[in-house]
Amino acid sequence: MTARYLGRKVATLALTLYVTVSFNFLLFHVLPGNPVQMLARSGHFSPAARVQLVRLFGLNHPLFEQYLIYLKNMLHGNLGFSYVYREPVTTVMGGAIGNTLILVGTATVVTIVVGVIVGVIAASRAHSLTDASITVGSLALWSMPDFFTGMILIFLFGVWTHALPVSGIVTSGVTEGLWAHTLDVGRHLILPALTLVLVNAAEFSLITRNTLVDVLVEDYVVTARAKGLSRRRVVWGHAVRNAMLPVITAAGLYVGMILGGAIQVETVFSWPGMGLLIYNSVEQRDYPVLEGCFFLFAIAVIVTNFIADLLYHLLDARVRRT
Amino acid sequence: MSDESLAQPGDAVAVEAAPARAGVWRRLWRDPMGRAGVYLLAVVLLVVLVGPLVFPFNSQDFGTSAASILQPPSAAHWMGTTELGQDVFREFLAGGRISLYVGLSATLIAMVLGAGLGLVSGYYAGWRDTILMRITDFFLVLPTLPLIIVLAALFGQSVLVTSLVIGLTSWPQTARIIRSQVLSLRERPLVQRVRSLGAGDLRIMRVHILPNVAPLIFANLALVLSGAILAQAALAFLGLGDPVQVSWGTTLHNAFDSGAMSSGAWWYVLTPGVGIVAMVLAFSLIGHSLDRVLNPLQGGRA
Repeated sequence: MTARYLGRKVATLALTLYVTVSFNFLLFHVLPGNPVQMLARSGHFSPAARVQLVRLFGLNHPLFEQYLIYLKNMLHGNLGFSYVYREPVTTVMGGAIGNTLILVGTATVVTIVVGVIVGVIAASRAHSLTDASITVGSLALWSMPDFFTGMILIFLFGVWTHALPVSGIVTSGVTEGLWAHTLDVGRHLILPALTLVLVNAAEFSLITRNTLVDVLVEDYVVTARAKGLSRRRVVWGHAVRNAMLPVITAAGLYVGMILGGAIQVETVFSWPGMGLLIYNSVEQRDYPVLEGCFFLFAIAVIVTNFIADLLYHLLDARVRRT
Repeated sequence: MSDESLAQPGDAVAVEAAPARAGVWRRLWRDPMGRAGVYLLAVVLLVVLVGPLVFPFNSQDFGTSAASILQPPSAAHWMGTTELGQDVFREFLAGGRISLYVGLSATLIAMVLGAGLGLVSGYYAGWRDTILMRITDFFLVLPTLPLIIVLAALFGQSVLVTSLVIGLTSWPQTARIIRSQVLSLRERPLVQRVRSLGAGDLRIMRVHILPNVAPLIFANLALVLSGAILAQAALAFLGLGDPVQVSWGTTLHNAFDSGAMSSGAWWYVLTPGVGIVAMVLAFSLIGHSLDRVLNPLQGGRA
């Protein structure tokens, strides 16, 4: 990876982040019916609090100055004040970020691993009954809304069998000791994470399958087979590595999808993360929190795509060298 | 384009393109997955469009006593009752129209935007392409569902706003796909020759480019439609649905909110959920199959 390539990528990243901040300003502070102005005029606040609000967002200044004030607030990590919790938005989000990371992180790793393995199985038996069943099964799971899948799992493993906890992140009262606590969180994690995996693994199984089917007929694969390597060695050792590039691109875009899924899944399972926070702030019209959460989601997705881009470039170069 | 009686440069291609398109539909029908999708879609449309006429739903038709609340399926209520004693089966039949309506109108918006931008971007290339694709990439990366939720929370939850919001956020992938196809089409000798004969940009796009990307637009349309229906369902489930219209997502929202889960009222949850899955699956089977028959590398080899 050349320094010039990296520099260009970082510049694009910086520009994208800047555009995102401005987009957020436009959405929440400029467009008609934006919450900040509605709130400043409404009777939601005491006169003193309203003065504070006006000062924080510079509402008595022209729009362009408001924009500069907004940028300054963003740079200082000042995302405003929650109406409901009466705390800074950053404080409100702080408790939720970690929980979402646990859920989304676990689900992402399992989703990619399961998706790729299933995709490889389908591709190495291309155009067989197994392949067709995997494709149709993947599409059927992909067609399920995350929240509905979660509700079915709650019936199966909670309501009917009481096999697993279906709500929250810990069982109240049984959290003595680190090990017991971790185990408890793990048990609570199973169903929400499984929901995200079931719905999203299809994305990876289908991409892996389709790319691999194309790769498996290329000359070097045929050569490797002719050399006497086993089919399994050829598929896993040679072909899969070269089929990973589209998977990496998909993984970048997937983060946006799984965050959308997390909102639904956290709502269904009362998982106290960013998704549940978004649901609650929509329900209570707590716009500063909604804005902060959306901003953080957008940043997370942009940065992940940046990393996926770099990774792609890195792997692609290695492939060319060998 | 029957209004053109005079032969114009490149008409031969338009004639060429027509049978190719017919072939796509025939190949869709021959693909088992595509045919399954078409059958499933026929059933879904029958249920959604004819069902409510046969079994009309009256949201005010509550149960008469506490005994009619959250009842399991029976002869009187085929799919049981809601927490208010309403008939779940009738509510299910009434709820599909909004999903279909929002899905179709959002997809229309997304297609016009996506295909339009992709066409312009790919055809003109150069600086226009660079600018348009930068914008496209920005929106492609933004997390779609969170953005839709924010927009719905800010601008209201009527069916019209929901359609607009989903449509305005679902176009980037289409623009990307169409652009790359147009980029390769414009380099074809035929297009180059027609241009040298003096055909205008608009005409080249309409006669030579658009017919050739049309099947691709259709394949993408079915997939965008699936996504739009899922997005509408998620919005409604999160309480951002149109409060005066029944939809499958709204039913699931009510079921979840009223504690149908802990009461074990599976019929209340399963019925509308199966509706969403069937509708989305029908379109994604068709879209996936079209994608396959259009991709010579994968469709031709069987």
